[in-house]
Amino acid sequence: MSPRNIFIVALALGGAVAAFAKNVELLNVSYDPTREFYGDYNAAFAKYWKAKSGDTVTVKQSHGGSGKQARAVIDGQQADVVTLALAADINALYEVAKIVPPDWQGRLPNNSAPYTSTIVFLVRKGNPRHIKDWDDLVKPGVGVVTPNPKTSGGARWNYLAAWAYAVKKFGSEEKAKEFVGRLYRNVPVLDSGARGSTTTFVQREIGDVAIAWENEAFLALKEFGRDKFEIVVPSLSMLAEPTVSVVDKVAKKKGTEMVARAYLEYLYSDEGQDIAGRNFYRPRNEVIAAKYAGTFPQLELVTIDGAFGGWAKAHQAHFADGGTFDQIYLHK
Amino acid sequence: MAFARAKRSVLPGFGLSLGFTLAYLSLIVLIPLSAAFIKTAGMSWAEFLEAVASPRVVASYKLSFGISLCAALINAFFGFILSWVLVRYTFPGQRLVDALVDLPFALPTAVAGIALSAIYARNGWVGTWLDPIWAKGVQELSSIVPWVDWPSWLGTKLAFDRPGIFIALTFIGLPFVVRTVQPVLAELEPDLEEAAATLGANRWQTMTKVILPELLPALITGFALAFARALGEYGSVVFIAGNQPLHSEITPLLIMTKLEQYDYRGATAIASVMLVTSFVLLLLINLLQKWSRRYYRV
Repeated sequence: MSPRNIFIVALALGGAVAAFAKNVELLNVSYDPTREFYGDYNAAFAKYWKAKSGDTVTVKQSHGGSGKQARAVIDGQQADVVTLALAADINALYEVAKIVPPDWQGRLPNNSAPYTSTIVFLVRKGNPRHIKDWDDLVKPGVGVVTPNPKTSGGARWNYLAAWAYAVKKFGSEEKAKEFVGRLYRNVPVLDSGARGSTTTFVQREIGDVAIAWENEAFLALKEFGRDKFEIVVPSLSMLAEPTVSVVDKVAKKKGTEMVARAYLEYLYSDEGQDIAGRNFYRPRNEVIAAKYAGTFPQLELVTIDGAFGGWAKAHQAHFADGGTFDQIYLHK
Repeated sequence: MAFARAKRSVLPGFGLSLGFTLAYLSLIVLIPLSAAFIKTAGMSWAEFLEAVASPRVVASYKLSFGISLCAALINAFFGFILSWVLVRYTFPGQRLVDALVDLPFALPTAVAGIALSAIYARNGWVGTWLDPIWAKGVQELSSIVPWVDWPSWLGTKLAFDRPGIFIALTFIGLPFVVRTVQPVLAELEPDLEEAAATLGANRWQTMTKVILPELLPALITGFALAFARALGEYGSVVFIAGNQPLHSEITPLLIMTKLEQYDYRGATAIASVMLVTSFVLLLLINLLQKWSRRYYRV
């Protein structure tokens, strides 16, 4: 075949592909603070996918408290992919409804957590209460704003971060319980979700310190101005790993399995990682992470598996009915 | 029994319309509600007790029923005055006031909650001056009557504490009273009051002996509606309650909390306790209303 003919064949094939180009619609059910991140990412992915397959993909987003979102999917919301705050909420998709396989977390690199975050403190400008570390949160008279760990995924990270710090410092679970108990007695408002909690702190001016997702804290700075708030990084915190998964049963039914998988895999690409970094999530990719090293301070990070033996165990011990969170309120 | 006593109505189509009523009621009310009981039926008695009688849940019942009752009582009183003003007098802007009453009906509850908490928070319009007064009042009360734990009863702030719940429940309940009392009051001719006056009744007697007895059934209905609405209210309250376990957690929030943990059965168990209790209370209120009608019949 002459080069000219190849060109014509290629054109014809291209035309054929174009003729079969489809419009695909994905629904990504996510949690509260990812709004801005997935807004950027969806545009980038649509461009990438159009170039790769010729199909036009539109990604619809749904945001809310992580647990609430998982429940909506269990109750039948047609999500092709879920991108939630913690692995426990995706585990529930398997345990309650069997719509993802039991080994979902092994399907993507890094335990299916393409980006990470951590828990930091947001304080008022000038840090008038001199809040440096977790110890300062249990001092009498300090108002701490954090959501209810029973209803908010983010708040569970907050709770466990305080717990991990206390265990390291005082060396026993008993002491940790007392420490966390004192901390929660300083909480004037237990909101049901992370966004509500930020609003309480920022708009209603309640409390001296808000325990928040790192990216949420950066967003608050960006939105409300660096002249009003500061971020304080504690000496130890949790490595929060928000996880993602294809909802197999829904994607299979809708015939979107391939796009859905590509959508999540692209999160690990250089571009995906860069968008994550730009939106204040810590990228997994070391090269990209180095680019954002100035944004994210170094601190000691413990993992849920390392410090608490995984979500199932942590949930049972702390957040189930009668767990330590209930105990600190019942035995004042 | 009631069937046997009732004389056959002269209107045709009783069977058809009753059948339709029952089918419709089942579809809209009974079937969804029975789902709650069916889910609960899967629990053992011990599980059920643990779900519905743990200290946090019991504290929330007291709070929810207590504050709903207070809010409904306040609404019954002020709702009566409001409808009186709207019916008996004409003044500029009357239509506007009349329309304003319906606003809590129409406003999405979350919006109401956010608006109320913004206004009553310590940095809000009303909160800036009212909040310190409240805090000081509770403190004074504690020094005058020290054997009652006032701060834990009344809270120490307006928003994000118990008063906030009361504010939200009063807000959402008001239209129910006004809209049930208003038409009855409009039907009540001013002639009646004039007649009472010519027969020598003073204003107080006219009010208590002539007007109130006629209005009481409507007032009780309005009260019951406001009360029932307050019991189930979730959206506006969570934004302003502070949601402290054992102190300012309402029962609907605990139901949500259970759902959030995928504890569907625990959630429906609490829901069925709420349902049965509300049903019994509403039934009692209905009986009271019937009784009041008979008692005051002239």
